Amino acid sequence: MLLFPGKIIMDYSHAAGRVGSRFLAELKKSKRLLAIRCRTCNRVYIPPRLTCKTCFHNMEDWIELDGRGTLLTYTTVYYGEPVLDREAPTTYGIIRLDGADTGLVHFLNEVKQQDLRVGLRLEPVFKNERNGNILDIKYFRPIKSG
Amino acid sequence: MRERIAIVGVGQTYHKSKRPDVNDVEMINEAVNAALNDAQLHPKDIDAVVMGNIDFFEGRYLSDMWTVDGIGSYLKAGFKVHTGGTTGGTVANCGFFVAASGLFDVVLAVGYQKQDACDSRAALMTWSDPVWDRHIHKGAIGLHARRAALYMRASGAQEIHGAMVRVKEDKGACLNPYAHLKLNLTIEDVLNSPPLVYPLRRVHMCPTSCGACALVIATEKKAKKISRKPVWVKDWTEAHLEKAPVPGIGSPEEEVSINALETAATKLYRRNGITNPRKEIHLIEMYGPTSWSELQWLPELHICDLKDSWKLIEKGVTEIDGELPVNPSGGVVATNPIGASGTLRVAEAALQIRGDAGGHQVTREVDRALATAYGAGGWNVVVLLEKNL
Repeated sequence: MLLFPGKIIMDYSHAAGRVGSRFLAELKKSKRLLAIRCRTCNRVYIPPRLTCKTCFHNMEDWIELDGRGTLLTYTTVYYGEPVLDREAPTTYGIIRLDGADTGLVHFLNEVKQQDLRVGLRLEPVFKNERNGNILDIKYFRPIKSG
Repeated sequence: MRERIAIVGVGQTYHKSKRPDVNDVEMINEAVNAALNDAQLHPKDIDAVVMGNIDFFEGRYLSDMWTVDGIGSYLKAGFKVHTGGTTGGTVANCGFFVAASGLFDVVLAVGYQKQDACDSRAALMTWSDPVWDRHIHKGAIGLHARRAALYMRASGAQEIHGAMVRVKEDKGACLNPYAHLKLNLTIEDVLNSPPLVYPLRRVHMCPTSCGACALVIATEKKAKKISRKPVWVKDWTEAHLEKAPVPGIGSPEEEVSINALETAATKLYRRNGITNPRKEIHLIEMYGPTSWSELQWLPELHICDLKDSWKLIEKGVTEIDGELPVNPSGGVVATNPIGASGTLRVAEAALQIRGDAGGHQVTREVDRALATAYGAGGWNVVVLLEKNL
């Protein structure tokens, strides 16, 4: 039986959008993390988005978060993915930043495996050279005491 | 027995080649908010959602999931449809099916496409059969050029007739605030436009646009409460073609005709007692991917004989102030956000019946209109809208 090989190579350009672009521009410029709040239900979203999922209003109230947060869940990945540029093993988690109602997915680092636990208090570590990307935050690490 | 249904709200974005200022969700939200405002409804009033696009163009699998925030479909019933070029028309038809089922009172149907995310022509090439066709034949331009050339031979039409249709479409687009290409074309401009594949010239071919269009559809009882001018969806049909024809498949004579469009139209007329469509239909918003499509496909809709369709544009019958206006909005040749292009045909036809089309409102009274959608080798859709129940 004959098989025909095929290959699809496509370049894409994905718009971050009005709301996402403001978040990323601010992250790049000043390492500030901006969230957006629904006026009706007060839910605070980070990353920010245009509409509240339950109220459907276009949200306009921006608030700044200080970047500290609490680990909600985490896991470690022991195999490499060709589409990710990070080598295994990597640990990532869902972090609820102080003042936000949604979880932010990001890498965890500077922490030993046995010290990871739900409820761990975390802070972001930023890149020095930032280009307006969610990876301008290198990772989150436990808040250093003092 | 199905419910009687009506369109009670329409909304669309403005259209451009690129919308770097918004992401998919934000762009769709513009059309959805416009449709909800038109119907004076809140998302909580919507019982079910049908949406569609061509995923490949945005490079995002599961567009139905990604667009929930923009459409307001969180925890609502509904589904996504994708039928290639016809998607926007199928979105409308599926919205009609859902509303007519009697299971839901108010249904939102949303088509969109953000063609600045990739080279859509490259994505389209995957339509052709990887074993038989892909080595030989790619994309839409050659297919439509061949059809136009065959039409010219069969009908006696000259290059100038394609140019006249293009100028007519452009006149409509220039009057339509939402249209994409507004070129102020003359016949000479069209005849001097760079050739792509004979007889198709660059300005004959539809553009790649970004945009979205939303329809609010309601059952009879609700429709009368929601809108003072509900547009009744009298009937809708579709028919499917074989795989996209390539050289060597089928006879040239068969290729002039889009059998599926003719089949869908014939079924629709028969079901609704339409015996003289030329007189009984007052306006057509036709999905024509090139300026030649209208000439080729008016005969498929039984508006005229194949040899007479170019005479209609010569006599001004299909102009905005004509007896049977075709594409007063400027049509797909002016504005082509593919996944929304078919939805736009229905929306524009509905606005014409309401008398709310604005600058491109046709001169004649429109009690009954057709909207069509076409996709290469795919579903062909025909929708019949009426002013009176």
